[in-house]
Amino acid sequence: MDSIEVNNLTKKFGGFTAVNNVSFKVKRGEIFGFLGANGAGKTTTIKMLCGILTPSSGDALVAGFSVKDQPDMVKRNIGYMSQKFSLYNDLTVSENIEFFGGVYGLESKLFLERKKWALEIAGLRGKEKTITGDLPGGIKQRLALGTAVIHKPQIVFLDEPTSGVDPIARRQFWELINQLAQEDITVIVTTHYLEEAEYCNSLILMDSGEIIARGNVFELKNNYLNKTIYEIECEPTLLTLEILEENNIGDEITMYGNTIHVIAPKKDDVELTIRNALSSQNILLKSVKKIQPTLDDVFVHLLESKNET
Amino acid sequence: MKILLRIIKKEFLQFIRDPKMFRIVLIAPVVQLVLLGYAANLEVKVIHTAVYNQSKGTTSRNLLRELKATGYFHLDYYVNNYKELQKLIDRGNVVLGLVFDKDFDSNIGASRKASIQAVFDASDGNTATISAGYLQAAIQKFNRKISLITLSKKGKEVRFPANIEPITRVWFNPELKTRIFMVPGIMSLLLMIITITLTSLAIVKEKEIGTFDQLIVTPIKPYQLILGKFIPFVAVGLIVIVIVLTAMAVVFNISVKGSLLFLFASSLIFVLSTLGLGLFISTVTKTQQQAMMIATFGVMMPMIYLSGFAFPIVNMPVSIQYITYLIPLRYFIEIIRGVILKGLGLADLWTQFVILIFFGILILFLSSLRFKKKID
Repeated sequence: MDSIEVNNLTKKFGGFTAVNNVSFKVKRGEIFGFLGANGAGKTTTIKMLCGILTPSSGDALVAGFSVKDQPDMVKRNIGYMSQKFSLYNDLTVSENIEFFGGVYGLESKLFLERKKWALEIAGLRGKEKTITGDLPGGIKQRLALGTAVIHKPQIVFLDEPTSGVDPIARRQFWELINQLAQEDITVIVTTHYLEEAEYCNSLILMDSGEIIARGNVFELKNNYLNKTIYEIECEPTLLTLEILEENNIGDEITMYGNTIHVIAPKKDDVELTIRNALSSQNILLKSVKKIQPTLDDVFVHLLESKNET
Repeated sequence: MKILLRIIKKEFLQFIRDPKMFRIVLIAPVVQLVLLGYAANLEVKVIHTAVYNQSKGTTSRNLLRELKATGYFHLDYYVNNYKELQKLIDRGNVVLGLVFDKDFDSNIGASRKASIQAVFDASDGNTATISAGYLQAAIQKFNRKISLITLSKKGKEVRFPANIEPITRVWFNPELKTRIFMVPGIMSLLLMIITITLTSLAIVKEKEIGTFDQLIVTPIKPYQLILGKFIPFVAVGLIVIVIVLTAMAVVFNISVKGSLLFLFASSLIFVLSTLGLGLFISTVTKTQQQAMMIATFGVMMPMIYLSGFAFPIVNMPVSIQYITYLIPLRYFIEIIRGVILKGLGLADLWTQFVILIFFGILILFLSSLRFKKKID
């Protein structure tokens, strides 16, 4: 069953099209990543899916409700957390949880159970009276997520939830996201960090208001990059780079630290050409091997080839 | 309803949690009232005077004695040339320089016209005007006295000339104290300042820390959010009124002559406008600093100047007088002064009351519309 079904969603601000005819589906319990640069249309899409921005055309069913016609029902069935971990810094932990629990109209029995859960995941049991502003960033962020899903929504939207958090806290946060997904909550997450994209079951990449790639990590790496990457370990690297360039090997040659990447079309095997070109020269060649492209490679390639056309 | 109560509770908690805010709202009004009540004084009690008497005869000395006897004129300096006189005025030591020319006494003796020169420092026009009035009155009185003396000296029958003497009764403020006029005005200013700034800041603060986005994805409706913000600040505003009324009675001995109920009712009506303005400010600003600047310089200061709080509206140019009709504070100050000083009620002040209702609903409606549009 699909949690979200987006059909030809479009948002125009005056003459500017922020989101252009976007369609996709998100399965229940999935961790769904939204990637793209600032201004790609991620936030506008999320705002429409949360029912706080009316689409110019098209529609989306979120938890079975139309964002166009039933935004209030949509709001009841989703949680939302922004990059600012929006809690009231001058209220205590307990008061923050109570406020949001109250806003979602939780029954007292359910509320107590959820409050306990939220305190648990943030590691704040027994610290209910702490002023929220005094908490460290990582804990505040987990508390923010706890309050964002205090009403046990079917779907939760996380808008760049990990920006400005240290790597350890980020990892713990992703564990929490996984836990939510296991409880059958659909998680929509936008991020800048491509290594985080690897944790997602499914991804879309947006650029200029359009989806330019979609699929899981494996599909993205294999379907969208029609090239092979060779990693060359050698000494001295600078001389090698010059020789390879003189010989016009591959489509693109770049230096990565003390290694060199050669990107060549999939159909030609250039390993031998590389070895031949270097053997005649005074170069110590340690290894030449095909490597897996990273999401970085894929996205840079996709964005660049899109700009060229 | 439950949601609304939640928001109100949250606002109160935040309000109480911020001790600076708490102090500002509850103590500042009293301090303001006392400071302004004592300092905002347009009365002239002392006129520092320098005398340059070139005549030195009996009449000039008698006139000076007469002036001194009024209690207003303090003859602090006697000088011997214009230069010294000018220096004293330049330095601000005196407001008035009185110059008797050489022939003053001889002219009077010869029943000729004698004149004295009065030089005022009119850099404060108000003080100068009032002082000039006092001086004229004192000299007129002295004139009558010497004509009588002259007439009687000539052996004529002394009779008072036909004379109209006004018998003045000063109503509502028998001691003609500026304070009594100012203090009720200060109360209306405080109510305005507190409601406008608290409302705009409370909303903009949520935008600044990001909780605003969080609130609008919840099932909270815009009207619940607006009411949740308004109700606590109306309550704070009413508490401030009570504090100020108490301070007014205790410190200045001014008690409310009219109906307290009417006073509170019109305050509630007035805050509709100020809350609306606060809400409006929150829709055009992104940070608390911007909100504070716009509230102070864009809204409150013009309102104060044009409200008749300090500068009487009848003295303004006609075109500006028309603008004052658009200032809600103008009507509220009229009501407040009427109720507190004159004991007026709805029967006398219903026009102002109705206009305030009109403005309140209009401003609140337009601001809410804008607020709602901004959210969507």
